[in-house]
Amino acid sequence: MAMAEKHYFDPEDLKKFGQIGEWQKPMADKFFAWYGEVFKEGALTEREKALIALAVAHTVQCPYCIDAYTTTCLEKGADEEQMMEAVHVAAAIRAGSSLVFATQMMNHAKRITM
Amino acid sequence: MSIHPRTQTLARRQSPLSDTFYQLKVLNGYAVTDAKVPPFSETIRRAGYVDGILRPTRIEIFQVNVGKLCNQTCAHCHVDAGPDRKQENMTKETFDLCLAVLQRYDIPTVDITGGAPEMNPHFRWFVEQCRALGKHVMDRCNLTIITSHERYRDLPQFFAKHHVEVISSLPHYSARRTDGQRGEGVFEASIEALRMLNDVGYGHPDSQLKINLVYNPTGAFLPGNQEALEREFKTQLQRKYGIVFNRLYAITNMPISRFLEYLLESNQYESYMQTLLNAFNPAAVAGVMCRNTLSVSWDGYLYDCDFNQMLDLKVNASCVHIRDFDLSALEQRAIVLNQHCYGCTAGAGSSCGGQVV
Ligand code: SF4
Ligand code: SF4
Repeated sequence: MAMAEKHYFDPEDLKKFGQIGEWQKPMADKFFAWYGEVFKEGALTEREKALIALAVAHTVQCPYCIDAYTTTCLEKGADEEQMMEAVHVAAAIRAGSSLVFATQMMNHAKRITM
Repeated sequence: MSIHPRTQTLARRQSPLSDTFYQLKVLNGYAVTDAKVPPFSETIRRAGYVDGILRPTRIEIFQVNVGKLCNQTCAHCHVDAGPDRKQENMTKETFDLCLAVLQRYDIPTVDITGGAPEMNPHFRWFVEQCRALGKHVMDRCNLTIITSHERYRDLPQFFAKHHVEVISSLPHYSARRTDGQRGEGVFEASIEALRMLNDVGYGHPDSQLKINLVYNPTGAFLPGNQEALEREFKTQLQRKYGIVFNRLYAITNMPISRFLEYLLESNQYESYMQTLLNAFNPAAVAGVMCRNTLSVSWDGYLYDCDFNQMLDLKVNASCVHIRDFDLSALEQRAIVLNQHCYGCTAGAGSSCGGQVV
């Protein structure tokens, strides 16, 4: 059985990303053009954008994106400290966004208790 | 402050890779791996270079590798330099032959490299002679040599007195990234040396004394945009250490010598070659440094570049040694190309002066 059939994620599949155009070219072309534009230096540097992408990759827990943006962050000159801080930002927002709902829990509990 | 190297030289460990012929076999898929990338000359032929031949423009830079002796043993070193390389160092006689050529021909720049070139006993004398001939002198200084011993601590003053342009490797403004490649303690010693250079006037925007830093990736990935990295380095080095410098040159790691060993041992050789090939930029070919540079080895042989020197690929011309130097023959030669050349043409290209496009 081929590797890809035993596992949901195969690093080799990342190289096939461009092939999504084979089944719907105009949309894929638009996506890749837009994607390229997004990551160009603008008000934010390429390094800052790569760090944001790395943080988001951890939030959506996409192994392809984590590998890809770890390399990109290093290429753009980020170091381990910056990369780990970016992941902490993602994690803190995740944790905070759970915890902030505790206010709803508290509101509701207060409503229904004496 | 002492430095603890990450590795020893290939020569000392008697690694098979210390044999240049063996390295060329690996690069061409005949040893260790059968991975093959298309021949570099074929790739440039398809990019419009007739018969896949690359010729020099004009020799403007005379690069002298004065020897393999170095106080550091960086993990990626393409020279396989280190403290044990005491045999391969340029003698006074060979320096004299270099000076004779420099006197005779209008080659404006002398680029001195090594090893740690300052460890060669004739280094200062050679710099003075080159300056007396009116040449622009560049020294590829690893920084830590300056703080390594009392006798080198006045190098910043010496450089300033002779208006030497200093080119120094600092792979990152983070200690972990730098030390991971160059050895424990290198970052701290480099910062101290940069301060000493700043103190004598190097790197200040209005100063004539130039210190340019060299960034190279600390692993198997390509360098990012040179200008963006320069801005980042300037901000961070100023903010954290109050250090200033002029330009940052982003250089790609060449798949030869100790970096080749790293690639093979970490199982990244094939993917790295593929990365270089995928990033092949036809526009970078015109700017590769072998077109305006000639490289001389410690024993006086002539090469197209320092990388060819380390692979023992001598110039393809009627003269291969400095004693027979013939400028017109050299300017008509075909440059000797091999698979490592993909390192010079990836992305924005790479040379001793950084990006080429
Ligand atoms: S890279 Fe430079 S400093 Fe490091 S070992 Fe080689 S010659 Fe020495
Ligand atoms: S490795 Fe040397 S010969 Fe090959 S392209 Fe680069 S500078 Fe030229």
